[in-house]
Amino acid sequence: MSIALPTERRRWKKPPVIKRAWLRWTLILGFAIYLALAFGTISVNWARVWEGLPRGMQFVTAFLPPDFTSRWDEIAQGIAESLWMTVVATAVGIALSIPVGIGAARNIAPLPVYYFCRSILAVSRSFQEVILAIFFVKLFGFGPFAGFVTLAFATIGFYGKLLAEDIEDMDASQAEAVRATGSSWLQWINYGVQPQVMPRMIGLGLYRLDINFRESAVVGIVGGGGIGATLNTAFDRYEFDSAAAIILIIIAIVMFTEYSSGYLRRWVQ
Amino acid sequence: MLRIKGLTKRYRTGDLALKGIDLDVPDGQVMALIGPSGAGKSTVIRCINRLVEPTAGTIELNDTEIVALSSGNLRRMRRRMGMIFQEYALVERLSVMENVLSGRLGYVGFWQSYLRKFPQSDIDEAFRLLQRVGLDHMADKRADELSGGQRQRVGICRALIQNPELLLVDEPTASLDPKTSRQIMRLIKELCAERKLSAIINIHDVMLAQMFAERIVGLKLGEIVYDGPPDQLTPAVLTQIYGEEDWASTIRKADDDEPETIDEIAPATPIIERDRLAGLT
Repeated sequence: MSIALPTERRRWKKPPVIKRAWLRWTLILGFAIYLALAFGTISVNWARVWEGLPRGMQFVTAFLPPDFTSRWDEIAQGIAESLWMTVVATAVGIALSIPVGIGAARNIAPLPVYYFCRSILAVSRSFQEVILAIFFVKLFGFGPFAGFVTLAFATIGFYGKLLAEDIEDMDASQAEAVRATGSSWLQWINYGVQPQVMPRMIGLGLYRLDINFRESAVVGIVGGGGIGATLNTAFDRYEFDSAAAIILIIIAIVMFTEYSSGYLRRWVQ
Repeated sequence: MLRIKGLTKRYRTGDLALKGIDLDVPDGQVMALIGPSGAGKSTVIRCINRLVEPTAGTIELNDTEIVALSSGNLRRMRRRMGMIFQEYALVERLSVMENVLSGRLGYVGFWQSYLRKFPQSDIDEAFRLLQRVGLDHMADKRADELSGGQRQRVGICRALIQNPELLLVDEPTASLDPKTSRQIMRLIKELCAERKLSAIINIHDVMLAQMFAERIVGLKLGEIVYDGPPDQLTPAVLTQIYGEEDWASTIRKADDDEPETIDEIAPATPIIERDRLAGLT
């Protein structure tokens, strides 16, 4: 028998996440000091910030009014290029990421395949689109092809990783039941795995389409073609009113794709 | 006839789940496998269709050795064994019909199954089975729209459309209410009788096991400690299987034998009427 403690007026406090008090306080203080020091190294020059404000104002007024007409042909061509680059890169990227993603799911791939596919994903994910674009422009020359390769490659890393994680989170018993019927491996993927991950993957595909369009503008600035190249040219010519028109069009298209992909995703799920 | 000899399973963690089990199940016998959690019931039936690889021992189904089969032959072997799962294990986002037809995957090619172009005979059989369990009007519903009892009946159809020689049943009533549990067990028993199927049913509800099985095997810590008819399951035997407890109220009284008595406890629902079950095959 344990000794009965009095049940009244016993104190209770939520136990802290880190039990050792010295460790808890070392971590809190250490982080606070680091943050203060890091802030000191930024060395904000308030005088220059102040001087920059009117220059920014001039910049904004140069944008107004946006000029859609005088460079319309170039703008239209740039947008068309960006759109096909986006659509084709998303489709090809997703098609390539499906085998990689399946291979990178620990619960269904053998260990060597798993490590191989995971390393493909790691390489694809470790580079930002702009860095990939600079590399592919050097490789294939200026133009939308380099942009397409960049976006497709970046899509593999994004989509493959999320597919692999979704497969790892699936309900194993549903897949086991399909395996128990004597299905082949492909049938097992098609009946036991695919239905479980499909709705989320359709949503993510639409989301990636959205991302790829935004990235296509950035990729163009470093030579990957599309609307980004048009935008860059406009800046180089100091045609800020045309640049403003391009930026407005990009914003409109991004808002449209975001809204419509959000709507489609809700409809799929 | 299923013949298991010296079946041993050691998991990678080092746990010895099965310690050399010998078990024969003759054709047409409905056998219940009872025992506490962790006794190895689930491992036994998963070793038979090799969802779990046995460490040692032999398993023969109608004179075909299963343990040594190559993967292609194993697939053909799995077609001959239907499995019914705990928590149904239906593919929730597929329709009822697709779930039932998935029982034919071992018999059709990839493209046929991918395009859902199953042979007409399979579709006829699927509708026949769904009608037999009273669910033919649900064919195009998604599996996750069904209630627990309905899902398990779809699971039964999926197993039976394989045209199996043996049913492996893993805790079929684990998440069902008492009445639905009895209906499902009765359905399994009747279907086995109709098709002269043998079945191994893992179940932890001793009373259900006694009601619906003609033979009971008790498993404890990977060993068979009881093998006999349901009415010889005495408090002493149950203590041996599960440990010390007051078993007097668990054991079925002799006068409960009549099926009518069971129906008084659990009257049939409008969906599965006894007449309908008896009339249709």
